Amino acid sequence: MKKHLVTAALFTVFSVIALGIVYPLVMTGISMLVFPAQANGSLVTANGKVVGSRIIGQQWTKPQYFHGRLSAAGKGYDPTSTGGTNLAPTSKKLIDATKAAVVALKKENPDARGPVPMDLVTSSASGIDPDISVEAAYYQVPRIAKARGLSSAAVYTLVDHHVQGRTLGFLGEPRVNVLELNLSLDAARS
Amino acid sequence: MNTYGWVQAAVFFGLVALLAKPVGLYMSGVFQGERTFLAPVFGPIERGFYRLCRIDPDVEMSWVEYVMAVLAFGVVGLIYLYVLLRTQAWLPFNPQHFPNLSADNAWNASVSFLTNTNWQFYSGESTMSYFTQMAGLAWHNFVSAATGIAVAIAVVRGIARTDKKTLGNFWVDLTRATLYVLVPISLVGALVLVWQGVPQNFHAYHDVASLEGFKQSITGGPMASQEIIKELGTNGGGFVNANSASPNENPTPLSNLIEMLAIFLIGAGLTYTYGRMVRDQRQGWALFAAMSVLFVGGFAASYAAEAAGNPLVHQLAVAGGNLEGKEQRFGVAASALFATVTTDTSCGAVNAMHDSFMPLGGLVPLANMQLGEIVFGGVGTGLYGMIVFVVLTVFIAGLMVGRTPEYLGKKIERREMQLAILAALVLPVLALIPSAVSVLLKAGTATLGNNGAHGFSEILYMFASTTENNGSAFAGIGGNLYLNLVTGAVMLLGRYGFLIPIMALAGSLAGKKSVPETLGTFKTHSPIFVFLLLGVIVIVGLLTFVPADALGPIVEQLQLQQGKVF
Amino acid sequence: MISQRRIERRPQSRSLLDTAILWRATLDSFVKLDPRVQMRNPVMFVVEVGAAAVTGFFFRDIFTPGHGSAGFDFAIAAWLWFTVVFANFAEAMAEGRGKAQAEFMRRTKTETTARRVVDGKEEVVSAAALRRGDVVRVNAGELVPGDGDVIEGAASVDESAITGESAPVIRAAGGDRSAVTGGTRVLSDSILIRITSNPGETFLDRMIALVEGAQRQKTPNEIALAILLAGLTIIFVIAVATLAPFSIYAGAHQSVTVLIALLVCLIPTTIGGLLSAIGIAGMDRVMQRNVLAASGRAVEAAGDVDTLLLDKTGTITLGNRQASEFVAAPGVTVEELSLAAYLSSLPDETPEGQSIVTLAQTSISGEVAIPAGSTFVPFSAYTRMSGLDLAGGGAIRKGAPDAVRAWVRERGGEDSGELSKDVERIARSGGTPLLLARDGRVLAAIHLKDILKPNTKERFDRLRAMGIRTVMITGDNPLTANAIAREAGVDDFLAEATPETKMALIKREQVSGRLVAMTGDGTNDAPALAQADVGVAMNSGTQAAKEAANMIDLDSDPTKLIEIVEIGKQLLMTRGALTTFSIANDVAKYFAILPAMFVIAYPAMDVLNVMRLNPHSAILSAVIFNALIIVALIPLALKGVAYRPRGADAVLRDNVLVYGVGGIILPFIGIKMIDMLLAAFHLT
Repeated sequence: MKKHLVTAALFTVFSVIALGIVYPLVMTGISMLVFPAQANGSLVTANGKVVGSRIIGQQWTKPQYFHGRLSAAGKGYDPTSTGGTNLAPTSKKLIDATKAAVVALKKENPDARGPVPMDLVTSSASGIDPDISVEAAYYQVPRIAKARGLSSAAVYTLVDHHVQGRTLGFLGEPRVNVLELNLSLDAARS
Repeated sequence: MNTYGWVQAAVFFGLVALLAKPVGLYMSGVFQGERTFLAPVFGPIERGFYRLCRIDPDVEMSWVEYVMAVLAFGVVGLIYLYVLLRTQAWLPFNPQHFPNLSADNAWNASVSFLTNTNWQFYSGESTMSYFTQMAGLAWHNFVSAATGIAVAIAVVRGIARTDKKTLGNFWVDLTRATLYVLVPISLVGALVLVWQGVPQNFHAYHDVASLEGFKQSITGGPMASQEIIKELGTNGGGFVNANSASPNENPTPLSNLIEMLAIFLIGAGLTYTYGRMVRDQRQGWALFAAMSVLFVGGFAASYAAEAAGNPLVHQLAVAGGNLEGKEQRFGVAASALFATVTTDTSCGAVNAMHDSFMPLGGLVPLANMQLGEIVFGGVGTGLYGMIVFVVLTVFIAGLMVGRTPEYLGKKIERREMQLAILAALVLPVLALIPSAVSVLLKAGTATLGNNGAHGFSEILYMFASTTENNGSAFAGIGGNLYLNLVTGAVMLLGRYGFLIPIMALAGSLAGKKSVPETLGTFKTHSPIFVFLLLGVIVIVGLLTFVPADALGPIVEQLQLQQGKVF
Repeated sequence: MISQRRIERRPQSRSLLDTAILWRATLDSFVKLDPRVQMRNPVMFVVEVGAAAVTGFFFRDIFTPGHGSAGFDFAIAAWLWFTVVFANFAEAMAEGRGKAQAEFMRRTKTETTARRVVDGKEEVVSAAALRRGDVVRVNAGELVPGDGDVIEGAASVDESAITGESAPVIRAAGGDRSAVTGGTRVLSDSILIRITSNPGETFLDRMIALVEGAQRQKTPNEIALAILLAGLTIIFVIAVATLAPFSIYAGAHQSVTVLIALLVCLIPTTIGGLLSAIGIAGMDRVMQRNVLAASGRAVEAAGDVDTLLLDKTGTITLGNRQASEFVAAPGVTVEELSLAAYLSSLPDETPEGQSIVTLAQTSISGEVAIPAGSTFVPFSAYTRMSGLDLAGGGAIRKGAPDAVRAWVRERGGEDSGELSKDVERIARSGGTPLLLARDGRVLAAIHLKDILKPNTKERFDRLRAMGIRTVMITGDNPLTANAIAREAGVDDFLAEATPETKMALIKREQVSGRLVAMTGDGTNDAPALAQADVGVAMNSGTQAAKEAANMIDLDSDPTKLIEIVEIGKQLLMTRGALTTFSIANDVAKYFAILPAMFVIAYPAMDVLNVMRLNPHSAILSAVIFNALIIVALIPLALKGVAYRPRGADAVLRDNVLVYGVGGIILPFIGIKMIDMLLAAFHLT
């Protein structure tokens, strides 16, 4: 046993150096060379300022911006406290919250057409989901158009421009990145 | 359910089936000491490493010695991580200045990573320094996976060898599993993940103000390098709390596919390695077939439940599948698929919150663990877990054809049965008894995230997950001193309590003579055997948990249909 | 008496419903309730403990009302006791036949006296006083007082007490027919016997102990299965015990009676209750075929046999060869050679000799007698010829070709090697060639043919289907052996066999992992019998062979081995089938019991009550089914599952379908029917 313990200790020391230190440093080095944007967190700048990350959702409250999904991350969209509600489908709290969300959503979007999109009244798993469904984006178009004084058609076109289909035609779900859509809204104004 | 969902699952599984052979073939070469195509690069490193660690690669070990080496490595690894967690505040790469962990949290986390469980009662992004993540947690991700592979290979040698006392050298198997299998795939995989958007940096968190002026702290860290080994080694411990649901760890549907492939890759390959090493490829494919049936069944059930959605939400005039606790880019299908994959194996990474799954959707990952995570399984552990079921099935089948049961020429006798039963007892004992104690204690139920039957499911899930070293959770449940200590103990016993009897079984089989096959020997690769194997797995494995599950997800589903909320 | 005994031993001679056996088994099933007996069977012990506990609750209900329903506790307690009693009954039934037989044999044993010969004088002592090495005299009409070897004289012996065979057998000093068994009766003549066993260790004692099951030890396979069953029991104990706190947490508190009922239904009581009965019945089936197995282990090993060594003579061929053809040498007439053959064989009493006479007669016209003054020269291993020295000076010889040719040359005759082609042809076809010569001239070749026993080929095909390789053992030369082997359909042969080559063959097979079975009777078979995994000695054989073997065939029928193999397989199959059935049953029991347990706390659970059972009687119905299924399966346990020799995969498929899938479906029907009956009689 003692012999094994010595081997184990030596193995630990040298493999920690190799796998725990050298490996991540080397990977970081290569990544910075090959994919610097992604490696640094896919940061997005507007007017020379970093306004967020392409892959991380943000809290939107103003009517002239597209809103994302409900978030249980911290006080909402806090990347340092990611996670979902973890409420059960039979949870009264969840059903009440969903009910409230439906009411609030309808109130915010009085002119919206079609049924309430599921993703807008449910919390994402990470709490920082950067995307919404295409239906969810369409649902908000009348409000945005009104708030920004744009034609609905123009906003629809903008949305369509930002729709990401299923990867390779079958992976995942079609979606719209909220931050990118909102950035292009601002760009359209100017 | 829609066609895209099924196509997604079919393409994923097709890729798994396609990769099983080349990966398995490569691994059989690695562990039978053959020269592989990576030898020119890694050969000198391997030999240098042996010299540094004073390992004599030519020494073979008996099963007892092999286990001793595994335990010695476990003790050192446990102490190392514990000390690291208790001292991280004073160590480098800690830009957020996270403090040291408390004793019970450190105990729970270090056992968790040692045992390949990666159960997390903490949030990575607000607890662990970069140094802890990469030199502590990610290192364990490598070596705990390699340990599992090494043990599985030793078990396979036990079956393949005749009249031998030894099962190989643990240090060599450990080194080769790491160097030739885990490292090369991680190098490539990590880079692909960075390409897809997973961060790989050492920055402090980036404070930004959004277009609306909303303040946000963009997290960073060496994520990609850890993410890939977390999946490949079926560890599952997230760099951040939301795990692979977080767009940091899993930004796109393509990264999602790659991560799922990484989870199944080695387990599926090992079935081929197995066939190769026992010199009968059909045996490996038979296991692959049995596993495939369980995978398809699990996915279909989970997908159906999630796609059907929550009737209580539908009453609010909101249509669609259950998106609570799911990411828009993955949707229902990829989430149900990931949940199935992560619990078919001992991975435990999640891309959606299992706690918010529909009751039957959540029953699938729970049942997968209660069956023993034998669908490709944890790297290594899945194969030897399946072998326990095979031994039990062979015994019953052998009796039914009127011969002393034998598997691949080895007679299954008293000692083999004792050890197989001992191993089979680990899961019910550890998954049920602590659950029973916990529901009676205040400390056990204080941190539940839900009421009613679902709260009970959270406890049941927690102990199934820790026993089976999965690490996924019905994450509404929070940690406390009691749960830190108990789940820590359960993870340790779940890992080593199973590993030791199975190694003893391998030792016993290795020492046996091989009986030649005759017409009187039933074929352990025939469809009827696979059918019987599945029957034994489902009936013995699952019936153990039916009463408990009836009070958890099953009754919750029935209540949901009646519109009850809690 | 003798004939009655014989009937008793025939297979299935005693019906399962024999009232004496039934009555005794019923009594025994209550005696076996003793916890010390039950302790040996963990599954049934759990049931008994449960039954005792629920009985306790029943009395508590009566004396301190308000705890639970006395009626329910009573019904569950009663049926749990029945479950144990039914299992005991199965075991007692299995033991019943053996016990009846043992009692009969014990009567045979009592009050035998012996004439011990000490220093040439005879003294009468009790048989019980005889020790190994004593010499006794047994006269006509007396019982043999103990096992031994005949050392002087020969006698015809009635062995029906042991073998059930009423025809007397000859036992003589020297050779392979010298062993006598205590309890048999000498019918004629007087013999001296050296006793070879001490009192209490005789054949009869062993036989009694065996049939009574006094020495019955669990076989290795039985132990392995018991471990599996114990493991399952522990798993279900955990599952049910933890259900208590779970249901408290769920607000659906369960009475201990209900939990015990659930536990008993889940643990494998069907196989647990029938396991020992299956083993005993298997031994009994072997005994019914007049084979005495030293242990259950030997019977089990028989089921595993990979290679069967069979002596050619007696097993594959009839003991004697017959002349089938004369091949005349050039220039020899049929009549001439027939006459020579006839004359030389007439005094030869061996079956072979007589068959030559029969064949020769067909070509001889009229009566021919041996000239007076001629002398018969019998066959000897040295000359390998027999014949006739004629009164007139001439001589006739027949025998092994090379010996006859040498004789011809010796007599100044010319041996031009004629007929050598025919001799080879005969040998190659599996026959034994003899040459016939008269006065320095080879007359003819005689073809002695081995006669195969009927149905040998079918029998070996059957063995092959089971995956068993047959090897023929013969003293013949390889050429002849090969031909017979091919004709008989055995897989392989060992020609010119000696005890050493036989032993080497067994060891070679065993080294490659095969289990070997063989039969034997001679003293020189003893080492091989001991080496073989299954050695069956003929009862007619020597004491040494019998001691080395682990089975003795009282009928001395070498083909019996095949039946033993089938019984061994059937034994394991019955265990496997009932284990599968037992476990498969659990599915239906869950559907019966769980909804009934939780429907009050969770009305939604009613959906799972797929059998639409009455919630008040569902648990009882499942418990009753669980008890009755044991009774229903007793005949199967005692007779063994149907067995047809086929490949393993086909057997597995059928058994999985019948006992696995059937085991899932049947209880749904059974429990529902019981529940309907309970409702019909207002017993809920």
